[in-house]
Amino acid sequence: MTTQASQQATTRTRPPANQIDPRGPRFGAAITTVVLALILLFGPNSPIAALLLTIQILAFAAGAILGLQAQPYGWIYRTFVRPRLGPPSELEDQAPPRFAQAVGLVFGLAGAAGLLLGLDVLFYAAIAMALAAAFLNAAFNFCLGCEMYLLFKRIGVGRKPLTQS
Amino acid sequence: MNSAGIVALVAVLALATAFGLWRRRVDGKFNETKATSVAKEQHLTAGQLGQPLGDLATLVEFSSAFCAPCRATRKVLDRVVDDVHGIALIEIDAEQRLDLTRQFGVMRTPTVLILDSEGVVRHRAAGQPRYADVVGALGAVVPGASSTS
Repeated sequence: MTTQASQQATTRTRPPANQIDPRGPRFGAAITTVVLALILLFGPNSPIAALLLTIQILAFAAGAILGLQAQPYGWIYRTFVRPRLGPPSELEDQAPPRFAQAVGLVFGLAGAAGLLLGLDVLFYAAIAMALAAAFLNAAFNFCLGCEMYLLFKRIGVGRKPLTQS
Repeated sequence: MNSAGIVALVAVLALATAFGLWRRRVDGKFNETKATSVAKEQHLTAGQLGQPLGDLATLVEFSSAFCAPCRATRKVLDRVVDDVHGIALIEIDAEQRLDLTRQFGVMRTPTVLILDSEGVVRHRAAGQPRYADVVGALGAVVPGASSTS
């Protein structure tokens, strides 16, 4: 019995604590899409855009650094939306959506840099990229950052000599 | 409101929608010509893969860490392996095996290759495939495979 139990424990590759309801990040992506769209519409000279961008950056940072439990949009989902829905048909590992939050954080910070330095092109480009990623996530359940990850890996190691067999 | 922001918003949403719809159409669809044209070397051995090939065919899934559809794909392929005899499933971490990732031009995960009994790449799909598509593609590689289950 004990060996069986320990075997089961070792064969389970991911602890349940890392498993999340996949609808949570998608709901969060919908909120992010709206917030980023408003930031674009208000533009780089608007204090409202600066406020919204600050909130969005903090949300990204919480999700990326502390984990999705700390992501405020995820909290909204768990508190107000999930009780009205049934239980999720399946759970999902939190690593991919958490990585997506980190990608969003990078774009958010780039947008903030554009805003602070008066580089409007940087502001628009960074917010537009983040918006595209969030929208694809919300509308198509597609994770742009996750796909970029492999491409960056391929480029990054491209400088090493190829070990051809 | 500023006009540059409105233009940027409309452009982003239009482009992203077009991209999303296109992806939805091609995702997980098996393609025979791509399988044979992209790869520089269209052959994989048990030694390269670190696991024995299946008697009739082998499913090779390229996965990566931050990839939710990879896990869903793994479940689909596990079901196929359970239902169809003589099929092996080998999951490859694309990051760990950049040699194979490059050799087969894998640009995204999940990418699924279907090898015949000799290890020759016969079919290929990028994105999460549906069960019926996997079985259908297997049927083209292994005559009779689709009727086994």
